[in-house]
Amino acid sequence: MTTSLNPKFTFDTFVVGAANRLAVTAARTVAESPGSAYNPLFIYSGSGLGKTHLLMAIGAAAKKLASDLNVEYLTLDEYVEAFHAAIAAGQGDAFRRRFQTVDVLLIDDVQFLTNRLEMQAELLRLSEALQAAGRQIVLTSDRTPVDIENLDERLISRFSGGLVVDIGAPDYETRVAILRRKAEERGAEFQPGVLETVAAASFANVRELMGVLNRLVAYQAVNDSPLNAEGAKQLLGIETRASGGHAAVASERTSPDEFAAFLTDVTTTVGKAVEAWRARIAEAILRWEGEGYRTRRLEALLEQETPIAPDEEIAAFAHDVERLRVLEAEVSQFDPQAAGQSVFRDPERLAEAEEAATRVRAGAAPPPAPSAALPFSLFAVGSSNQLAVNVAREVIEEPGRRYNPLVFIGKSGVGKSHLLNALGLELARQPGAVVACLSTQAFIDELITALDGNRMEWWRARYRRATALLLDDIHLISGKDRTQEELFNLFNLFQDLERQLVFTAPAHPKTLQGIEQRISSRLEGGLVVELPEPDREVRRVVVQRALGAQDVPDDPALIDYLADRPADSVRSLIGLLQRVVGAAAAQDVPVSAGLAREVLEGGTAAERRRTVGFRTSGIVVSSAGGVRSREKIVWDWGAPADRLIEELR
Amino acid sequence: MSLVNFTTREITCKIVYYGPGRSGKTTNLHYIYGRVPESRRGRMVSLATQTDRTLFFDFLPIDLGQISGFTTRFQLYTVPGQVYYNATRRLVLQGADGVVFVADSQARQLDENLESLQNLQANLLDLSIDIRTMPLSLQYNKQDLPRELILQPVELDDALNFRNVPSFPADALHGNGVFETLKSITELVLRRLAQGAAV
Repeated sequence: MTTSLNPKFTFDTFVVGAANRLAVTAARTVAESPGSAYNPLFIYSGSGLGKTHLLMAIGAAAKKLASDLNVEYLTLDEYVEAFHAAIAAGQGDAFRRRFQTVDVLLIDDVQFLTNRLEMQAELLRLSEALQAAGRQIVLTSDRTPVDIENLDERLISRFSGGLVVDIGAPDYETRVAILRRKAEERGAEFQPGVLETVAAASFANVRELMGVLNRLVAYQAVNDSPLNAEGAKQLLGIETRASGGHAAVASERTSPDEFAAFLTDVTTTVGKAVEAWRARIAEAILRWEGEGYRTRRLEALLEQETPIAPDEEIAAFAHDVERLRVLEAEVSQFDPQAAGQSVFRDPERLAEAEEAATRVRAGAAPPPAPSAALPFSLFAVGSSNQLAVNVAREVIEEPGRRYNPLVFIGKSGVGKSHLLNALGLELARQPGAVVACLSTQAFIDELITALDGNRMEWWRARYRRATALLLDDIHLISGKDRTQEELFNLFNLFQDLERQLVFTAPAHPKTLQGIEQRISSRLEGGLVVELPEPDREVRRVVVQRALGAQDVPDDPALIDYLADRPADSVRSLIGLLQRVVGAAAAQDVPVSAGLAREVLEGGTAAERRRTVGFRTSGIVVSSAGGVRSREKIVWDWGAPADRLIEELR
Repeated sequence: MSLVNFTTREITCKIVYYGPGRSGKTTNLHYIYGRVPESRRGRMVSLATQTDRTLFFDFLPIDLGQISGFTTRFQLYTVPGQVYYNATRRLVLQGADGVVFVADSQARQLDENLESLQNLQANLLDLSIDIRTMPLSLQYNKQDLPRELILQPVELDDALNFRNVPSFPADALHGNGVFETLKSITELVLRRLAQGAAV
């Protein structure tokens, strides 16, 4: 479907004269660096002045310089035909893809776009895509873009956006040069003065000139005698009083041509004046200004006579802009309002922008991290909680993808918080991870503080940064509408970005009261796994570890006894153990199975009461890594009667 | 005013035809007007008295179309030549990118030429412009008059062209030398642009 390039049409065979010098220079530039100099290049001229020659020469030269370039030459009609064929075959997309990979697209005779609205839209789309990809477009027409009738304004501006250059009719000298070269190519020799005579007659274009040359060549071939100037004149029907006639023609021509000549002159001067580096800087200014950056630095360059290294300056500017972009993106994570500051749009104030970013960074504390005191290694594993532990390991392996969200449910004290923090610690080990792990109460408190201080954006940004969010005791959001709203948004964000969410709750999410349907259904959407009451195996490990921590010598009988005690949670088991250790310390005797039996089975009612009545969920984990257990801190409640009187007083 | 605006991709040149009264400034503009294709030229504004003397100024906008991707426009102005319209002259000179000084070649007009040239210098100074930095071309008009009435270009060069700027003999009525002068001043103006003096 594409016409192949005519090998005869190269720059070497193109005769350059004053009328086409600019066009040839531009064409050469384009062939040497497609896509970077003038894009698109729009060449216009009357018929037969070398548009197609020049267009093919660009293709040939570009291909010669870089053989892997994908060069396409075709006339607009061919393009239209190909498009219609592709549409008819239902391959419109394939057609578009094919042209979007062309490196140098040469389209001849675009004036035929007149009234072809569909094609105009197609070409607009194509040229946008090609230009965006830095691919070269060269177009020719017999008139300027503005003069093509019914051409879409956007196409006009696009065509005019690169370089619009015309090829004028060749002057006398060029005509002589063309005739000589063509005669030489054909191996024809003429008497002196013949070609000059022909050139002196005015021909509208080169094609006509070639026709005349052909006649001369043919005539000379059939006649033995070589043609002289006078004979040529007669043959071609040029008036014998040519010299006088020419003068008349010349003077007639000069007057309407005066403006055209002037225009050509100005074009050359402007071409020289608007040097390439200026154009590049101007382009850069346009680009960055369009993106909202200050370009004073580049503008200052334009005022210089010859800047030392304009390209480096542009590159440096682009580099600074890139840095600003990074800073802006970073800052907007912490504080979208701060990112709107003008410093992030002015490469001259890069240093200020860096400072501002540092300030924002310092101000944005990372979200609360999991407690270092609750590592995975300290989590007692037994057959009862094996499933939950396995699930946790899988999440650590592939956070965000396998079970998201993951909800641990179970009674108080079975190790949910421990497992949550342990999981958080493992997740935090991964490079680039920011793990937010905290109790839901702390989460709510922070939110309230942020609301109070009008720092909601800051608060949100703080959590949006996190790569995993782990909330302990999620049921506490019950009735907290605002928290549920914020959590809902975070929830969606995290799931969209495949970031891990982990929660703990005392019971299955669907049984929790006061939680909006949209949240509870999302909690169920991942995996809900139960941590059951510790089995004997777990209890043994817990007791052994706890006793070890208290420096109690290893005593199998004691361990067995404690592990066999009925305890519905790890916490209550630790409670039993503490009582035994406490009693041993009080009586100043070593901890033993006997003492334990005495304390736990023969104790007073008041003492027994200590082990029951835990009301709060228990472990309060601070991000600093310490563990505070409310039960451990408030061991003795004293007699309720005393407390009542105390309060009544 | 901005001669070259890289942002909007525009080149705008303001060229002022200066010179003594009746030297042929308006004639220059009329000739150019007649040669510019209709689509390229704006309406020529001429404020003249009934005796065809320029009272205020002439203004001829020319649109050169896209050149090197720049929308290029020329604005040609003339000033009233008569001595008593100096305020108008200064006003028109404001923001000029180049000046064509149209001198009357008649020998008896030499003093008027000199006076007008001095007036140009003074007016530019008033606008804080050094005449040496302003692109300037000279045109010796009315060279078609009988030889005995006029001074030759060489003599006029001696008398007027002490800065050795480009000068052109002309016959504005018939168009000789008109476009040569315009080309010359355009080149000077645009060359200044090349030197980065985008004022």
